[in-house]
Formats: sequence, structure tokens, C-alpha cells
Amino acid sequence: MLLSPEETEAVALSLSIAARSVAFNLPFAIAVAWLLTRAQFAGRTLFDAFVHLPLVLPPVVVGYLLLVVFGVRGPIGGWLYEHFGIRLAFTSTGAALATAVMSFPLVVRAIRISLENVDRGLEDAARTLGAGPIDRFASITLPLMAPGILAGAIIAFAAGLGEFGAVITFAANIPGETRTLPLALYTALQTPDGDAMAARLAAISLSLGLAGLLIAEFLSRLMRRRLGR
Amino acid sequence: MLRVELRKRRGNFTLDVAFSAPTPGVTALFGRSGCGKSTLISLIAGLLPADGGRVTVGEDLLFDGTRHVSVDARHRRMGVVFQDARLFPHLSVRANLEYGTRRLAREAARPIAFDDVVSLLGLEGLVARRPHQLSGGEKQRVALGRALLAQPRLLLLDEPLASLDMARREEVLPYLERLRDAFSMPIVYVSHQFDEVLRLATRVVLLDAGRVVADGDIATVSRDPRLRAIVGPDSVGAVVAGHVERVDASGLAGVRVGDAEVTVELDGAVVGQRIQIQVLARDVIVASELPRGLSVRNVVAARVVSVTPDAGRSVMVELDIGGASTLLARVTARASDELALVADKRVWALIKAVSLRGHAFGVPAA
Repeated sequence: MLLSPEETEAVALSLSIAARSVAFNLPFAIAVAWLLTRAQFAGRTLFDAFVHLPLVLPPVVVGYLLLVVFGVRGPIGGWLYEHFGIRLAFTSTGAALATAVMSFPLVVRAIRISLENVDRGLEDAARTLGAGPIDRFASITLPLMAPGILAGAIIAFAAGLGEFGAVITFAANIPGETRTLPLALYTALQTPDGDAMAARLAAISLSLGLAGLLIAEFLSRLMRRRLGR
Repeated sequence: MLRVELRKRRGNFTLDVAFSAPTPGVTALFGRSGCGKSTLISLIAGLLPADGGRVTVGEDLLFDGTRHVSVDARHRRMGVVFQDARLFPHLSVRANLEYGTRRLAREAARPIAFDDVVSLLGLEGLVARRPHQLSGGEKQRVALGRALLAQPRLLLLDEPLASLDMARREEVLPYLERLRDAFSMPIVYVSHQFDEVLRLATRVVLLDAGRVVADGDIATVSRDPRLRAIVGPDSVGAVVAGHVERVDASGLAGVRVGDAEVTVELDGAVVGQRIQIQVLARDVIVASELPRGLSVRNVVAARVVSVTPDAGRSVMVELDIGGASTLLARVTARASDELALVADKRVWALIKAVSLRGHAFGVPAA
């Protein structure tokens, strides 16, 4: 099955945006998972609910809120544009940001479960052996969370390939910039004689999603075996 | 010398304990499950904050509640071995062993060498493996090695054998004996199995409901009625200590205990070695006259110290066998009456050699 240049572009863009969204996600998701699992603070429940909001909000609402905050006239977007000339709305980086926000709760969930399964007794043992808090996190906690982090990353990547509502609202449907697989599919459906292209794009989406899930399962088995579980 | 004085309240449980552990030697913290032994270890190691008290090792102050001194656990240099080994599953045995060593200051002394620990604990074939490929006993040996290689000033062993079956315990105990004899540091050994204490410790701190109820050398504590309550009537027996005087070819050793020489079964005994023996109270026969023509190897002259009521229809007779050594004998109340056992009466204590097992401590200076 040969792809047209347009289709290749959409696939490449989807892969790139999904990968960048994962990169955005991970550091924050690890920090938030740690806060929600280990830290005691006022308003924890509210914070937990806030983190999970993208799961229940219509994606269009998320895209709209991103425009309000990160648009060139928004408080953060305006500041970024003024001081660094960085524009997020209607760019591929913006699409990656929108994708990241949508998949954030999924990643936090996966990482949080793996952190809850880390035996605190191992951290105590490391402490009696002379390891400080950051050292303990880096040498014991983080490696033991690795299967969860990996699973979270792959799920986010696979889901990120198909993010539609938030992306089209915040980053629009610009060919070569923000027209990812689902946006290209949507566009094809709006075009006369686009049926064949839509079918091909749907098939590609399906294969990519399936491959992502299979790779996730394979890698997490491999890691578990290395940890002897 | 480790000196501990600690207080901690948890819900309606209060721990309030003071004891010391000399250098070298094993001090056993003995008590039922739930008496606060493991909590105490966490407090000493600094893994749990204490409400008050003081912890010192030699001249070093590690915790003082009134002066608000509390050295972080990672700087206390206490080697802790937990009941569940707690090896790092993502690291090889070698990396586990080196974990503490790698975190020492560059200028810190390293008197305990990797190769010595590996050979002492028999870890030669294990260093390349991963923790999940080890048996329970092997895991505990690696955990001991890991604690030692962090160059600690003392060891806190929190029921290291409790999660092992009988066969695995027997496999690890000789290594604990070797470790005790090889390193000159205080070792605190938490246990609720008296046979482990007998093999390893010379001092016993008896804990009950968060308090120290008895504290002293093992011979004294072994006769304490509060210990009897914990170990159960069938395991009651005085511990006596002595030195090997003779060894014969059949594996029997003559051990000087007080004024008597006691014959015991002892594998690989060396003349001069210190031996601890527990003489179970139910294995001691009391005779008012010197008996003849018996198979019993040990007939020891004794003086009755006291006769106290015991469980059921029996009495517990405390017997002084000279040289500050004391035995316990459980006899029926009727036998006690017929022999007219009263304080200061001269009697003979009969003990079958095969009922005794000696436990060796250290190797005598050549």
C-alpha cells in the first residue's frame, strides 16, 4: 500500500506530535504521581480531581481553555510570545501541548500505580546504607517505577496519535503543521472523492494503535522479568 | 558499646526501653511478636522518629530528645538486616553488596573488604545473580554482606531468620556465628526463637509490652520466670556456660561448668572454646543419694536454692551446681515431697548427655 505525499506527511506529523507530547508529559506526570502518592498537603483531593479533568471534559473545552491560557493574548502564551517570540497556538508544538494535556491523566495513572507498588522498605534499606533522598529516588524508586513509566509513555503515545478535538481547537487544521492523522481523515471525509484516502488513513490509525498496545505489553513483560516478578 | 534509651507512643501502645549492647558480642532482644522489637530497631536506626530518649555509640551521640539531636538514618552507620532481606530487585547481587560502599565518603576507612565478606558468607557463586534467583537463606546472607560492606559501627538484625523454614534457618545460622566471631562490633539480634538466641547471644534483653522486663547475661535471664511465660513450659531450661576441657573421638566433649564437668554432644569442638548449653528443666532428674549403675553421663552435685510451684502438678527446683552456675529442674510436687526438697538440701542432678547440645562461641587463642 503506497501512501500519497499528503498521507505520509500526516503520519509523520502524528508520530512527531505524539512523541513530543510524551516528552512534555513524563517529567510532570512523575512529579504529580509522586505528590499524589507520597505527599500530604491540603487540597490533595481537589488537585487529584483537577489532574483527571481532561478525562471527563469535552476535548473542545480543553482546546478552548488552552487558547485562553496559552494563546498569544493569554497570560502564559502572551508572556512566552513577548519574551521569547514563542507562539503555541496554531503550531505543531501547540498540537503536541494539547495532546499532552489530554493524555496527562492516563500517564499519571500508570505511573502512580507503579509508584504505589514500590516497597518503601527498600527505600528504608537504601537509607541505612547511606543514600540521601534524591539518591534513593534515582537509584531505587525510579528504576522500580520504570515498567509503569514505560507503560504510561506508550499508552500516551498511542492515544496521542489520534487526538482530535483539543488539537483542532487549539492548533487548527494546518497542512504540514497540525494536520495529523485524524485531522487528515476528517478533511478527507469533507472532500469529494476522499473516501479511499479516508479508508487508508483509518487503516493506518488502526495498525499504529494496535502496534503501540502490543509493544507496550511486550516491553512491560520484559521489564517485569528483569525485576523477577 | 551501644546505649539506648528510647520512648515512642503509637496509638495506645507505648514503647519505653533502656538497654546497652557491649562491643563485641551479640545482645538479643527477645520477646513475643508485637512486643515492640521491630519498632525499637527502627527507632535505633533512625528510620522512625522517637518521642524522646538518647542513643549513643561509644562517644558518638546519635539521638537526644531533650537536646533535639537526631542524626539522619543515612549517617548513623548502623548496618540493618530486615526480616524480609529487602534486596534491591533491579540490581545484581554484586551491585546490592556494593550499594553502601559506593556511598561512603572518599576518605572514609574501609576496614571490611569485599572479598573477605564474600568468603565469610559463602557468596562466591552468587555475585553475578539477581535477587529473584536466590533462595530465602541466600537472600539473607547477601543482606548481611550488604550491611557489613557499608562499614557500619554496629549491626541491627531484625529477626533475619523469621521468614525462613527450619532447614534454611539451619543453613544461615553458622554464617551468623562466623560473622559474630569475625567482627568486633556490637550486634543487636531481635528474635522470638530462644534456640537462635542460645546459639548466638551472650546477653539477653527481655521485652514485654514495650518495656524491658529483664536484662542480663543469658544464664541469668534463662532462669527468669518471665522468660518461662514466653517460651512455654516445655522449652524452659537454664542456660549454663563453660569451656571445653576434653574432646573424645566419639564426638562427646567434656565442658567445665561451675564445679562439674558436663559431657555434651558437640561437633568439631576445640579445647578451650566457650560453650553455651541449655539444660531443659524437664530433662533434669533430681536424686537425694548418689545413684549407681546408670547410663546417665552427667551426675552433678548440687544444692537446692528454691522450690517454687510451677504449671500443673509440678514444681520448679533451682539447683546451685557451684561456680555461679544454676540449673532448673521440673519435678512433680509429689516427688519433691518424697525427696523432702527444701532450700540448702544437698542433692544430685542427673542429665543425659544426649539431651544436651553445646553451642560454641569463637575460636580460642592458639
